[in-house]
Amino acid sequence: MTDVILDVDDATVADDRPIAIEVSGVSKTFRKHSEPAKTLKERLLTLRSSTVSDFHALDGIDFTVRAGETFGILGHNGSGKSTLLKCIAATIRPTTGSVRVRGRLSALLELGAGFHPDLTGRENVYLNGSILGFTRERIDRIFDEIVSFAGLEDFIDTQVKHYSSGMYARLGFAVAVNLEPDVLLIDEVLAVGDEAFQRKCIERVRGFQADGRTICLVTHSPEQVRNLCDRAMVLDHGKLIYLGDVAGAVSAYRQSLTGQGHADPDAGRIELIERSPVRFTEVVIEPPPDGQAAFRPGDSVTVVTRFDADGQVPIRGHLWIHRHDGTLMVNVSTLDLMGTDVYSDGVGGEMRYVIDNLPFTDGHYLVTAVLQAPTEAREYDRNEQEVDFEVFTGDPVLGPVTLDLRLETNVDAPAPTIR
Amino acid sequence: MHQQDLPPLLENGHRPPGLASRAVDIWTYRELLVNLVRRELKVRYKDSVLGFLWTLLNPLLYLAVFSVVFGIILRANVPRYGLFLLSGLLAFNLFSIGLSAATTSITGNGPLVQKVWFPREILPLAAIGANLITFFFQLLILLFGLAIFRQAPEWGMLWLVIPALLVTLMIGTGLGLALSAVNVLFRDVQHFLELGLLTWFWFTPIVYSYNLVGSALLDRFGADGERLASLNPMLPVVTTFQRVVYNPTNFTAEQQAEFSLLVDRGTGWYLQNLAISGAFGLVFLAIGFTVFTRLEANLGEEL
Repeated sequence: MTDVILDVDDATVADDRPIAIEVSGVSKTFRKHSEPAKTLKERLLTLRSSTVSDFHALDGIDFTVRAGETFGILGHNGSGKSTLLKCIAATIRPTTGSVRVRGRLSALLELGAGFHPDLTGRENVYLNGSILGFTRERIDRIFDEIVSFAGLEDFIDTQVKHYSSGMYARLGFAVAVNLEPDVLLIDEVLAVGDEAFQRKCIERVRGFQADGRTICLVTHSPEQVRNLCDRAMVLDHGKLIYLGDVAGAVSAYRQSLTGQGHADPDAGRIELIERSPVRFTEVVIEPPPDGQAAFRPGDSVTVVTRFDADGQVPIRGHLWIHRHDGTLMVNVSTLDLMGTDVYSDGVGGEMRYVIDNLPFTDGHYLVTAVLQAPTEAREYDRNEQEVDFEVFTGDPVLGPVTLDLRLETNVDAPAPTIR
Repeated sequence: MHQQDLPPLLENGHRPPGLASRAVDIWTYRELLVNLVRRELKVRYKDSVLGFLWTLLNPLLYLAVFSVVFGIILRANVPRYGLFLLSGLLAFNLFSIGLSAATTSITGNGPLVQKVWFPREILPLAAIGANLITFFFQLLILLFGLAIFRQAPEWGMLWLVIPALLVTLMIGTGLGLALSAVNVLFRDVQHFLELGLLTWFWFTPIVYSYNLVGSALLDRFGADGERLASLNPMLPVVTTFQRVVYNPTNFTAEQQAEFSLLVDRGTGWYLQNLAISGAFGLVFLAIGFTVFTRLEANLGEEL
């Protein structure tokens, strides 16, 4: 059975590295009670009521992760990625299917899960290490390393309840990473701590990768996947919708977000006119984004809207562009652009919103075009997020927009490069 | 990574059936067991000035208060009542407090159980282990009591304490394993247990002497009636401690009358009763492991 499933994954890469994580046919079904019955009495009372329904958190998930790979699991909230991670960490058992792992697995699930507030940092390091299954001698050997990595030399004998949340997080990460497990599971935790510590974490993860260890990173940040992962999968409503290279995963992930309607569709909506005299016939992007190909910053992009009109009516056109996360990037109207509204000639027409020198960076962008009756707060027609395009930089992303930015400094010598 | 050095690809968290593999798992995680016991003890009196001394103050107070109340105010027939009470009470507490702690051990460590896999039985075992350590410290008070009353234990029977302790741990662990897992499904268990242990306490001759039990059973059920006492598996443990540590033979014949049944019986009677309790213990252990094995996979999500 497993052989068949492995083929799905191996078809893409002829990889002779040993398998580190093998997930075959994993499904997880939760019983949903309208109210979780936690006492015997409640169980007995709810025995007959049919308030129980099944919730499929995971549905037939198959994939393998090779030793030395950094594998990303992308998905929006509620996509089942945390459930999957728990199945891999074996804190919950899949309803069907199996998860096999080679070697010592260390889960960095929610930092400091094993910490006891009343114990000191030192005591917690040993406790946490043993929770992950490591011996005292092994922790002894790397104890100083853990403490200095976390930067907690002065506080290691202080009870952790006096720690700030950043210190807490740093210690938790330091323990999990420095113990050098064969497989490391990371759940959304790289987003903690200050920037300096985050960079340190990323560096440590890279060192981990250089050592040929396996990492499984669960996140809803496409940036992290792109920065760290070799390969990724995308989960949507418990189903695996993509498995393969990073760029494809990011794109599939953004599409799954669109389907979710994560960009707020109700922003700026005003009442639509019934039996409207003006209707869109077409809203398209030019040049047409063929297949998966994405625009690059600096490209010229045109949103073309074509419409029919019955009779001479005033029209005000609006264009909104939302990024995949719901950020409104563009909000313009014909009034803004021309200082006046337009009149249809009774047949129809075309409006072209031309963006020269596209300033957006990586992301999925959703276009909404509206035709409004200027004298009333009502819309003739609305084409909402049916048209979209991708932007892919290929370079490190320095922010949501491209800038003409350069550095002027009076310091001559460049610092030696830090790896 | 060399091919031949590879650890096997294992089904994560899947545990092959059988006690042997479980024992191996627990051995692998012995460090965690030790650390959890240590945590338990450290955290209990953290931030208190007297710290671990509180562990000793409790039985010391029992010794003092019950000596005064029963020795001077109520004038009980039992000489050195505080010492008598304490010798039985400590043994019973080893069982009851350990069992209570074990029962809430998994629900009390919810975040841990949900996040990381380790053999879950480590949690109830650590709870019982921590209580065992506490028990050993509290024995010091018992020794202190013997010293100030210039009273010697029954040296010849002292070894009986070892099987008595083993039996106690077997019963406590067996029930603790089962209840810790069931408590995750039904929190009623921990409250029910409180009542159960209270009942159990009063049906065990700790506050009163075994003579009252023995003669009541003799009166009601005839010559063999006393055997019914074995239905309480903690009774032999408590009576063994009373016989050995409190050692009624220190007293005058008149005072001993209160403990005639305990004193009249030889080592064989105690051993036989402990064996019956041991059989109970084995049954409880079997039930405990069966229940625990059945429920452990779902503990993480039921919490």
